[in-house]
Amino acid sequence: MRLSYPDSIRIIRLPCTGKIDVIHIMEAFEKGADGVYVAGCLEGECHFIKGNLRARKRVEYTKKLLDDIGVGGERLEMYNIAASDGPRFAAVAREMHGKITALGPSPIKKSL
Amino acid sequence: MIVAERKPIEEIMGFAKNCKKILMVGCNECVTVCYAGGRKEVAILASALKMAFKKDGKGLEVTEVTLERQCDHEYLEEIRNIVDEHDAIVSLACGVGVQFMAEKYLTTPVFPGVNTRFMGVTEESGVWSERCQGCGECILGQTAGICPISRCAKRLLNGPCGGSTNGKCEINKDLDCAWQLIIDRLKALDRLDDYEEIIPIKDWSTERAGGPRKVVREDLKQ
Ligand code: SF4
Ligand code: SF4
Repeated sequence: MRLSYPDSIRIIRLPCTGKIDVIHIMEAFEKGADGVYVAGCLEGECHFIKGNLRARKRVEYTKKLLDDIGVGGERLEMYNIAASDGPRFAAVAREMHGKITALGPSPIKKSL
Repeated sequence: MIVAERKPIEEIMGFAKNCKKILMVGCNECVTVCYAGGRKEVAILASALKMAFKKDGKGLEVTEVTLERQCDHEYLEEIRNIVDEHDAIVSLACGVGVQFMAEKYLTTPVFPGVNTRFMGVTEESGVWSERCQGCGECILGQTAGICPISRCAKRLLNGPCGGSTNGKCEINKDLDCAWQLIIDRLKALDRLDDYEEIIPIKDWSTERAGGPRKVVREDLKQ
């Protein structure tokens, strides 16, 4: 398909979004990420049944934590994208890139 | 186990506000099982605090350690050599561990990272509920293994009260009436005759009402 998406995005592969833990997301921010999004399979289509649903709950929990420390929960999102849906993958990447660009650099970055 | 919950980050940030280096100590037992103060929660809280400080242009170093338990000397001793390098200790153990830590390390302030809630069970993943209040005189033998002290809102010894409706307690419709549970269980055990026996007035002096408690076993004491 050769679709392009913003080069600001680094992909970290996981066997399933159910593998994601709060600490992984926190460490990404700690290391200077301006935003993070978790791209899971469509709801109801998880190979491990509930992995993407669990991931969404962990993302919600982490958003609250990021709000509490003033980094901002809006810098973190969860998306559900079918594995075969390249165009949507690229569209989400652009959407997130646009959103984070508008928010500006992470507030912890200036002192890194 | 002892069930606890992480304190609001803001409160913990307040404890650490004048610190440059803190020692964050988790506990590998109760609070690990209820996801409040184990190794993982220590890592998450340490990361959150460091970021919160960075955002305000301040640095914070956090040493992360998780001990087997914080309610026994032998494990608490493991950090003796490093305590002095820190401005404060944040303990993610229950209140027991926090206090034992504070009793042991007198010159370093110790702060709690969790709110200790109760002695209870894991009902299902992510759900914990109270089962025992440590009254010091267990009556589970008379109550079909269901504790009215910890599970009846009124701690009735001879229930239920008039507020029991369709098996639920009047204080909360999602809460089972402990006395309904007791009666149902006695019925299932074919022991309903026991229900007719009046449980006498309880001696509350073995409970907290009698002041802080202590157990001494001479045969084990050194
Ligand atoms: S310190 Fe508290 S949480 Fe840790 S093992 Fe002892 S009772 Fe359980
Ligand atoms: S009767 Fe007392 S010791 Fe027994 S479970 Fe209830 S509160 Fe705990």
